[in-house]
Amino acid sequence: MATEQTYYVPEQSKWPIIATVGLLVTMYGLGSIMVDGSAGESTTTAWVIFMIGSLIMAYMLFGWFGSVIKESRDGLYSPQMDRSFRWGMSWFIFSEVMFFAAFFGALFYARTFAIPWLGGEGDRGSSNMLWEGFQATWPLLQNPDAEAFPAPSGVIDPWHLPLVNTILLVTSSFTVTVAHHALKKDNRVRLKIWLAATIVLAIAFVAFQAEEYVDAYTNLDLTLQSGIYGSTFFMLTGFHGAHVILGTLMLTIMLIRITKGHFTPEKHFGFEAASWYWHFVDVVWLGLFVFVYIL
Amino acid sequence: MRKKALRVGSLMAGLTLSQLALADWEVNMTPGVTGVSRDIFGLHMTIFWICVAIGIVVFGVMFWSIFAHRKSRGYKPANFHEHTWVEILWTIIPLAILVVMAIPATITLLDMYNTDESEVDIKVTGYQWKWRYDFINEEFGYFSTLSTPRDEIYNRAEKNENYLLEVDKPLVLPVGRKVRFLMTANDVIHSWWVPALGVKKDAIPGFINETWTRIDEPGIYRGQCTELCGKDHGFMPIVVKAVPQDEYDEWVAEQVAMAEKERELTSKDWTLEELMARGEKAYDTTCAACHQQDGSGSPPAFPALKGSAVATGPVDHHMDIVVHGVSGTAMQAFGKQLSEVDLAAIITYERNAWGNDTGEMVTPKQILDYKNAQQ
Amino acid sequence: MSAVIDTHDHSHDQDHHHGPAKGFKRWLLTTNHKDIGTMYLIFSFTMFLLGGTMAMVIRAELFQPGLQIVEPAFFNQMTTMHGLIMVFGAVMPAFVGLANWMIPLMIGAPDMALPRMNNWSFWILPAAFALLVSTLFMSGGAPNFGWTFYAPLSTTYGPPSTTFFIFAIHMMGISSIMGAINVIATILNLRAPGMTLMKMPLFVWTWLITAFLLIAVMPVLAGVVTMMLMDINFGTSFFNAAGGGDPVLFQHVFWFFGHPEVYIMILPAFGAVSEIIPAFSRKRLFGYASMVYAVGAIALLSFVVWAHHMFTVGMPVAGEIFFMYCTMLIAVPTGVKVFNWVATMFRGSMTFEAPMLFSIAFVILFTIGGFSGLMLAIAPADFQYHDTYFVVAHFHYVLVPGAIFGIFASAYYWLPKWTGNMYDETLAKTHFWMSFIGMNLAFFPMHFLGLAGMPRRIPDYALQFADFNMVSSIGAFMFGSTQLLFLFIVVKCARGGEKAAAKPWDGAEGLEWTVPSPAPYHTFSTPPEVK
Ligand code: HEA
Ligand code: HEA
Ligand code: HEC
Ligand code: CUA
Ligand SMILES: [Cu+2]
Repeated sequence: MATEQTYYVPEQSKWPIIATVGLLVTMYGLGSIMVDGSAGESTTTAWVIFMIGSLIMAYMLFGWFGSVIKESRDGLYSPQMDRSFRWGMSWFIFSEVMFFAAFFGALFYARTFAIPWLGGEGDRGSSNMLWEGFQATWPLLQNPDAEAFPAPSGVIDPWHLPLVNTILLVTSSFTVTVAHHALKKDNRVRLKIWLAATIVLAIAFVAFQAEEYVDAYTNLDLTLQSGIYGSTFFMLTGFHGAHVILGTLMLTIMLIRITKGHFTPEKHFGFEAASWYWHFVDVVWLGLFVFVYIL
Repeated sequence: MRKKALRVGSLMAGLTLSQLALADWEVNMTPGVTGVSRDIFGLHMTIFWICVAIGIVVFGVMFWSIFAHRKSRGYKPANFHEHTWVEILWTIIPLAILVVMAIPATITLLDMYNTDESEVDIKVTGYQWKWRYDFINEEFGYFSTLSTPRDEIYNRAEKNENYLLEVDKPLVLPVGRKVRFLMTANDVIHSWWVPALGVKKDAIPGFINETWTRIDEPGIYRGQCTELCGKDHGFMPIVVKAVPQDEYDEWVAEQVAMAEKERELTSKDWTLEELMARGEKAYDTTCAACHQQDGSGSPPAFPALKGSAVATGPVDHHMDIVVHGVSGTAMQAFGKQLSEVDLAAIITYERNAWGNDTGEMVTPKQILDYKNAQQ
Repeated sequence: MSAVIDTHDHSHDQDHHHGPAKGFKRWLLTTNHKDIGTMYLIFSFTMFLLGGTMAMVIRAELFQPGLQIVEPAFFNQMTTMHGLIMVFGAVMPAFVGLANWMIPLMIGAPDMALPRMNNWSFWILPAAFALLVSTLFMSGGAPNFGWTFYAPLSTTYGPPSTTFFIFAIHMMGISSIMGAINVIATILNLRAPGMTLMKMPLFVWTWLITAFLLIAVMPVLAGVVTMMLMDINFGTSFFNAAGGGDPVLFQHVFWFFGHPEVYIMILPAFGAVSEIIPAFSRKRLFGYASMVYAVGAIALLSFVVWAHHMFTVGMPVAGEIFFMYCTMLIAVPTGVKVFNWVATMFRGSMTFEAPMLFSIAFVILFTIGGFSGLMLAIAPADFQYHDTYFVVAHFHYVLVPGAIFGIFASAYYWLPKWTGNMYDETLAKTHFWMSFIGMNLAFFPMHFLGLAGMPRRIPDYALQFADFNMVSSIGAFMFGSTQLLFLFIVVKCARGGEKAAAKPWDGAEGLEWTVPSPAPYHTFSTPPEVK
């Protein structure tokens, strides 16, 4: 059916409906874990539901991407189709940017408005009446209600692990670009080496990030419950970390596909999408490094 | 359709014009009794008439076309489809109109935000579902709760004139003085609104908002909470009683004396009957909103107290819950909200009413000791 | 937009494609934009009835002072679910349905750009709403904190079902974002040769911009509900002053989504009306280019006006003034649109079939809603209007005769293309007049109620509000029952009737009228040439 310039419209597909069921079951399971947990009930069933949902999602992802890969390798995709994928991926990344923007916005708002007000400054400075003795500082080492929200005893030093992580991620952005150039020149050995290097850097990043969390919880009392500093810190770094893990998975799958001989110097959108995503994750990190750790 | 729209338009215009004649229909904003409320009313009417005027022009042209340029009258379509000058004009004219509106609006806004040089300071705290007024400088305060009987709400009794708009203790304010409000809340966001004063401000837990008023005429002004704050959001009215200065001073002196007397009551010897009587009243105003008058609650959100393990079990635990509340739930810490007498009366009542016949009595003194032991 | 269309022989398309599959699998597994569009529309109407039924409960309780039918706790659940279901379940999916059906037909594309994802975007919706509606049956009841779910009422004080509500919102967000990505990719990439951006029908333009808004703000909504989730279940303090957070932070993030959201609900209606008015005026749309720029301007401004919903939270006065001015500015591009519609009708040759009637009512009543919006934008005055029925009147005027009438107009306009049959014009006109009268009766008195001081979201009210509330409830019942007539008209039209020509409206223009009615299962497999 693929005549030269016609646009490929896939036949009926079972994947979307499987994806829907998977998503619903996962979400319902996740919700039940939390709700049952706070009600003090057993969460076993909830976990089972959640795991079933996740398995369906995993099955769906393999199946769905599998058929896309197959169609692509069968040459069903015209350059126009390729452009659709590109638009799709770009706008998806834009939506992710906005997702992080909400969290960064929360951080800026807390620092420039909420905390100074609570500390007695500016327009709503009389709020300080309610929180005797509270001083506005950042990082916030004393919370308005110190009993309900015990503050951290310290914060992560940006010039140790975070600096190392910055170097790791920036380097990985370079290595993935080198890999891309290698792919365009059809030098598959170099491609594999540089892509593998990227993945190693990514894993190292995640490992260091985990170490940092352990440090925060055990040595600094910096936790999710330690007031707005801990809240924004873990929210931003946590969601970034989740994105790094997702990006690493994408890159790994690309590496597997490359070893299977997929992609040509002209057509390799899957690889490009993964590397775009990787650059995005890198840029977000730079924002984090500056606004969460340094300033 | 044209008729309909015209009718609606003239209805609105007519009703606002003959506002006095139709006072009981209440179709327009009140001009109120403060400088700010009158400024707002003026702004409101100005914008309203500007909109009416624009509406007449725009809809006028449209109805004319609908009437004249229809196919059934054999009208042949013209074929223009742009005209730069007209388009520029109808961008600039609305812009100019907006500027005209913005100037008085900005002036009024700046005035509303100016809380300097206040003469009376009152801290207003929103609770689920009542208001507390603290006269900061005079050091007394009290709660103000809906006083409409439940029978009227559930249609078992004739509704009176101020249905849902009456409270047990109104906020008393002096006329002609600048009163500053410090608004905050204890649990969720509430919003304190009295239309006649032109004051509406959100009461936000953990933060304080400032606003002010200066009332020109003595009178009783009613308002309501305007931020959804849970189940009884519709049942937390505000009543302001504005009185001349000397009457106000008298009232303040009385309140200060009463607060003193209340403290003395703590050391009085109470009988079970006295406590039960006082407890029933206090329970109905403070606790019945959630736990119901008959102690049945509305599970699972609000537990029943009738036969509850807490109300029939150890006294200390019962006191603990009432004094300190249950954090993270709607059950507040009533220790600071109620006097020792009321706390003792309520707890005694809960332990003996609705068949919870424990026969135990908790005295105000016990509460005081309990509270002191905590510190 | 008087692009000349190269007539094509469409019959050979059939050689390439199969028709629709048989049975329920056709709908479950479909990748066809027309099937998916149909499913979106049916889903949307179902939700409209459900949300409307809840509105009927609200209006019945408010028929008289006193508590008669429901308890306050349940009333709040009705208000909340009504708002959520109407916004996310009725209006948004209806527009996505129209986009699915019409955008490929209007730009000469064979389908949507990413057909499988399209199917997924749709099917997530029933799942998400099943989850949302199921909260009504959970212990502690459904969400009861308003569709704006302000913290801490929704966090510390929310019912246990709030967690499920949050996940339902996440799912709706995923669906909307994917739907919007699809629309953008289709419009940017699948236009027929010669269909330049400035030749696109306005409906397509408005959807392009709407899709951009969706992608920009749905993730922000996801962000804010995620913060709620953390506050509820993981002990963070984003919205709790005790830990250095701020309940007002919630409102800022919510309205950064919420305000653009209201334009998401109106821009596609602007687009549809801009197709219909020229068609029945038999005259080209006046000021095509300025219409496009106006939509762009509205969309951009919509990002910097959010705090007009928060004039009473105690923002610094500078912020108050900034948001007031920006909000007022939106009247300018919106005015341009209204003037252009009127200028299109001016010296046209009008007829008044149902789509045109709904469109004219749209222009009038939306403008009235816009005027009250402008009044709300005046910050000092908003201190008196805020959270009263004046606001409820405002937004129902822009949503019901705005968004909903826009959808009705589109449905009647394109029904012949979808079904191949003409709908029953007499019944449709009855539907219009009953809706028009019922709707005004229901919502106009709310202006008076609000000005006289009736707060919103209350199950019971003081005696001076009794008369207008009764009028309003009667109007609401009239409007509500009339919608069953609409259901009847559509079903009747789908099952048969006078056969529709390829182009049933003599003044209509655009590629969608070059294909037969009903539109074949696959259209434009070879792109048409637009000159
Ligand atoms: C489709 C949805 C939609 C649309 C299009 C609009 C359009 C507008 N809205 Fe509305 N609005 C809502 C949906 C919508 N709104 C909802 C749902 C809420 C309540 C949310 C909640 O709290 O639950 C709300 C609430 C709301 C508020 C908050 C009120 C409060 O809570 O106190 C404000 C305040 O500024 C506002 C303003 C406006 C303005 C200025 C416009 C403008 O876009 C209108 C512009 C149009 C015109 C002005 C008319 C045409 C113009 C002319 C003919 C030109 C000449 C005119 C002049 C120069 C005056 N809206
Ligand atoms: C697009 C959005 C949309 C639409 C179309 C509507 C439609 C209607 N809305 Fe509402 N409304 C909102 C969006 C919308 N609304 C929002 C966002 C809020 C704010 C919520 C909040 O405060 O959080 C609100 C709030 C709101 C209130 C205020 C509640 C309060 O503050 O306490 C009221 C009160 O009258 C109301 C009434 C109505 C009515 C009568 C209709 C009518 O148009 C409905 C028409 C009726 C039907 C379509 C019913 C048809 C069905 C039948 C006749 C029965 C058939 C039954 C079956 C098949 C099962 N709405
Ligand atoms: C705003 C609603 C509200 C009000 C007003 C209220 N309570 Fe409660 N109360 C609750 C809730 C919710 C709980 C359940 C807390 C929990 O989850 O343990 C509760 C629990 C209790 C309990 C424990 C019952 C049990 O069996 O666990 C007692 C005793 C009690 N309240 C007494 C009172 C008294 C006395 C008052 C008035 C002075 C009062 N409450 C006012 C909401 C309220
Ligand atoms: Cu308090 Cu509403
Ligand atoms: Cu808005």
